[in-house]
Amino acid sequence: MLYRLDKLSFCYGQTPVLEDVSLELQAGTFYGILGPNGSGKTTFLDLISGHKRPSGGSIRFNGRSLDRYGKKELARQIAMVPQDFALSFPFRVEEIVLMGRYPHLPRFAAPAGKDQAMARLAMEQTGTAAFRNRYITELSGGEKQRVIFARALAQQTPVLLLDEATSNLDVKYGLQLLQLARQRNRLESTTVVAVFHDVNQAACFCDELLFFKQGRLLTSGPTATILSPPTLKDAFDVQAKVFYEPELQARQVVFKPPEPDGAHQPGRTLPGDSKPKHGQQQPTDGQTCLD
Amino acid sequence: MPTGRNSLAPITLLLGSLSLALLALIVLSSGLGFVTIPWPTVIRIIGSGIAGAEGLLGEVQELYLTVVFDVRLPRILTAAAVGSGLALSGVVFQGLLLNPLADPYTLGVSAGAAFGASLALLFDLSLFGSYTVPVFAFACAGLTLAAVIYLSASAGGVSSNNLILSGVIVTAILSAGISLFKYLAQERVSVIVFWLLGSFASCTWTDAALTWSVTAAGMAVFLYFGRDLNLLCLGGRTASSLGVEPGRVRMILLLTGSCLAAVCVSVSGIIGFVGLLVPHMMRSITGPDHHKLLPASLLVGGILLLGADTVTRALLPAEVPIGVLTALIGGPFFCVIFRKRQMTI
Repeated sequence: MLYRLDKLSFCYGQTPVLEDVSLELQAGTFYGILGPNGSGKTTFLDLISGHKRPSGGSIRFNGRSLDRYGKKELARQIAMVPQDFALSFPFRVEEIVLMGRYPHLPRFAAPAGKDQAMARLAMEQTGTAAFRNRYITELSGGEKQRVIFARALAQQTPVLLLDEATSNLDVKYGLQLLQLARQRNRLESTTVVAVFHDVNQAACFCDELLFFKQGRLLTSGPTATILSPPTLKDAFDVQAKVFYEPELQARQVVFKPPEPDGAHQPGRTLPGDSKPKHGQQQPTDGQTCLD
Repeated sequence: MPTGRNSLAPITLLLGSLSLALLALIVLSSGLGFVTIPWPTVIRIIGSGIAGAEGLLGEVQELYLTVVFDVRLPRILTAAAVGSGLALSGVVFQGLLLNPLADPYTLGVSAGAAFGASLALLFDLSLFGSYTVPVFAFACAGLTLAAVIYLSASAGGVSSNNLILSGVIVTAILSAGISLFKYLAQERVSVIVFWLLGSFASCTWTDAALTWSVTAAGMAVFLYFGRDLNLLCLGGRTASSLGVEPGRVRMILLLTGSCLAAVCVSVSGIIGFVGLLVPHMMRSITGPDHHKLLPASLLVGGILLLGADTVTRALLPAEVPIGVLTALIGGPFFCVIFRKRQMTI
């Protein structure tokens, strides 16, 4: 078992962000994390990547307490693709990708041929090799995201964490990068833990899904069984239809817009229900499935 | 870019030529002044000093020897060291605070030093002999830094915005204190004002040795953490995921950078723009990789401040305070860079 989390909690000051999360993550599995905004998904990734320290509970990684690992040692085990990144300084794309090799290098050692090769491969896989010599500050949001993804691939870790890593990307590139993650997962048994905004992407790529709500783990299980209308209703408070898509060999979801008068949704009162024409209460999750 | 030997050449060439330029400027500057000494003579004097060979001197006048060794070299070397130190500190602050407008004084080091120096000058203190003013300046700079870090930490994490804001607050309070001292000083106000404007006029070999050793130590620390500094430029979360302990490394670098700036200010008074301008100039030439940016900034900072000090000491009809000169030259120059790069923050 890769991770064992026991009664994990995290607070910002007095505000609890994550409470009482206990679960186990198996090596070689592709996990998807779903939940409404502010449900603690990103904090969860920050905790299991060792960036933040839990306020309570414990995290064991490969049988050892996570805070017993050195930072650099951890960076050889876990790579992270964040959702937002500060890129104020004009590094070249290739420099950024090569930074993924830093955890594997002694402090004063220059990247060796092997490191160059890994960086080059990562750039080719993510389609960023074409602008390897351009400044990162000149690239579009989607291009930057792919460069950051390339860096995480170059890091060559057994664990890959993605924090809505494809949310800035065109559909094509988003799918391409998730496909790369899945390839790593299948060929090299890389464990992937990815926060998704898009339920259908998660359904398509993940072996297991974890649903978070209001800082708690709502439920978790294999995608094939856990992804169901009741789960989605619990997590997102919307009605959904779930069906099997043979071409993807995966479940897919269609969300139903809220009923105009709310009459068919007993127990559900939305503040905007009196103005049905606006219909803005519709969650944005899964919108791409309607495209 | 770290792509092997081929790309090492340009940066080696750059650093080599900058080193030569700095050496040439030191020699040139040693010859300039009220008494002009031809440069071959200067080289012989300096050479004999380094090698300890009296024979090299030949029939060089005793006066020249005194002028170069006792008067000019301490000042020249201190000016170069302070320029280097401020530039290095500026590079590190801009990287750590993720803010291209940051400089060595962002965390209030200069205001603290000025406060300490004004205090010592106002009450004519002489606890530490001729070093009273620098010692007070350094002590108050240290206290200010501690206050700024404490303030930002208690405001919820030592983030760059918290640090910058805390620095602004503390600087504002200290500036009011300095104004009060000036008011209280009445006719002695000129002493305080002159100190604040900065000067290398009375530098000694002790100053030169102190500033060079602190600059060298700072450089060593920064280069040791050069790779971490590159990663911290990409934000704490990214740095953390690539094996840097952001909190600890950031604190070490902030303290080192501030100490370096504090020593520079204590010795020379407040000299602006070097720490802001040089990192910008160099970043556009070497790129943001600190292994190249730091040495290049070190050399250019030294060259610029020594150049400015030489201008005010030897070329202008009357000596203009160095802090004023750097702001007068640096300000417009910075405007040009600013417009050209259209920096956004």
